[in-house]
Amino acid sequence: MDHQPQIETMAVNPARPENSRALRWKSFYKKLAKNKAALAGAFIILVFALLAIFAPLIAPHNPSTFDLPNKLQPPSSDNWLGTDDKGRDILSRILYGSRISLVVGILSTILGALVGIILGIVSGYYGKWVDTLIMRICDVLLAFPGILLALAIVSVLGASTTNVIIAVAFYAIPTFARIVRGSTLTVKKLEYIDAIKAMGARDTRIIFRHILPNIMSPIIVQSTLYIASAIITASALSFLGMGTKPPTPEWGTMLAQGRSYVAQAPHLTIFPGLVILLVVVGFNLFGDGLRDALDPRSKK
Amino acid sequence: MSNQALLEVKELKQYFPIKGGVFGRTVNHVKAVDDISFTVNEGETVSIVGESGCGKSTTGRAILRLDNPYSGNVLFEGEDLISLSKAQMRKKRKDLQIIFQDPYASLNPRQTVSQILEEAMEIQSVVPRKDRRKKIQELLETVGIGAHQMDRYPHEFSGGQRQRIGIARALSVNPKLIVCDEAVSALDVSIQAQVLNLLKDLQRQFKLTYLFISHDLGVVRHISDRIIVMYLGKIVEIADKKALFDDPKHPYTQALLSAIPSTNIAEKKERIILKGDVPSPIDPPVGCRFHTRCPYAFERCAVEEPKLMNVGNGGFQQVACHLMDEQAK
Repeated sequence: MDHQPQIETMAVNPARPENSRALRWKSFYKKLAKNKAALAGAFIILVFALLAIFAPLIAPHNPSTFDLPNKLQPPSSDNWLGTDDKGRDILSRILYGSRISLVVGILSTILGALVGIILGIVSGYYGKWVDTLIMRICDVLLAFPGILLALAIVSVLGASTTNVIIAVAFYAIPTFARIVRGSTLTVKKLEYIDAIKAMGARDTRIIFRHILPNIMSPIIVQSTLYIASAIITASALSFLGMGTKPPTPEWGTMLAQGRSYVAQAPHLTIFPGLVILLVVVGFNLFGDGLRDALDPRSKK
Repeated sequence: MSNQALLEVKELKQYFPIKGGVFGRTVNHVKAVDDISFTVNEGETVSIVGESGCGKSTTGRAILRLDNPYSGNVLFEGEDLISLSKAQMRKKRKDLQIIFQDPYASLNPRQTVSQILEEAMEIQSVVPRKDRRKKIQELLETVGIGAHQMDRYPHEFSGGQRQRIGIARALSVNPKLIVCDEAVSALDVSIQAQVLNLLKDLQRQFKLTYLFISHDLGVVRHISDRIIVMYLGKIVEIADKKALFDDPKHPYTQALLSAIPSTNIAEKKERIILKGDVPSPIDPPVGCRFHTRCPYAFERCAVEEPKLMNVGNGGFQQVACHLMDEQAK
């Protein structure tokens, strides 16, 4: 799959071929490091991850404390991003909100990817009616717009952060299943799969030891890109009142609450909107960079 | 060489369905291998030659049940492989190994050489865990790769070295029969000779039996004891190497041999040029499959399918051609 970069590294450093795994990583890093946009994306993700982890230490105020006399204040030295309709500090709320958004984005992607990978491999490896069945179900799921499907699931399960994760993960399944199925079809035709079959290996060994490691790159890329859309979908659900419930600081909920004050106090919507944009752009840039670095055909 | 049959292929057919229509019904079949029978004796090297698409690789894969055959029997040491359950077959695979054509695709790029070999030993549990490392070193030395290279990845080796690793993998489970599916076709001519000689040495050392699939008559001449010539899914001629190269009986074999370039300028060979293309294996010609291109074809060829019959005087030679009948009369 990735012959090209490996051969490339060989040419660069023929003196130490012993340490090939390290070399492969090195070439991957080099490619990624050359891509300024990807680096910027990685930087944004890293910053938000740190902010989320250390929110209690960084946040200047308690995100839930009402301060009604101080409501709808524009940005000031005390409240850097201003206060909302209940006088809560917007910066603190955004910091705490990043915890929910990142966790929802990452968890739902992992969950959806896991199920999608299993279905995709089974579909691609076994073929025949299993393949037809799984792929037709995926077609049906993909026919719904993502947010509509998520809305339907949340309205059945009830609005909560956990259910948002389930709903967003659900929509990730067909996307991952398709990508994995395609890669599985390519890899399973390679001769080393026949060789290990001729050796008498069981299907589970073939799938987990030989197919899965060789289809990881598209899965990693898709996961990174999917986190971005998961964050948007989760925020959208909260905005519509179908996600995280209001007292909890969440970017989508903040947008929804600030909506009524767009004219008098635009900072209520501008800042949560901006961070959503920033995080999503970050994941997208990083995902695109990963794709370029992992794909041997894209040599720049 | 003993005359004990190790592998007997009986009336093997491999038809691949062609699906069509809205409901994916089987509309037709590609008759890749159509009713072939042959025997491989213990310690022997039998080659299958023929042009692309004649079913030689399909035969090899069907014998190993990499693709389950459509019908027929494959007897290995008298036991029918086709009737074995999946689990029984997995155990049996220890005795039958395969070496592939493409040394770049036949090794998992994410496993080191020692991991590749160790996994093979682990699956068939041929070597106790503590002895594996030593056995891997031995194996690599046997196929001509330094033991210090055992922890490298396949991409760090050349095509010829990779093919040697492929051979080591096949050897790691102590097989009795190795199917070499175009095992040297992807290599440079100089490397080809090295690998062929290695295969010959290993055969002597480990008492191996080879089923050697190739389109290269030069290679086949170098390594084989007996040769099977296939055309469009059928065997047209089986003969000892000497008989086949000295006195080919089937018109197709004659044409095939005339295509070997000669380095001897004095020896003028008449090149037999066949007209037309190989017919489609979906709808092969009735009668003799070769009659559409055969320069000697007569009425009977288009009607009746010729059977393999012995024509050897002394040696072993079987030909499927009506001309043999005519000459006998």
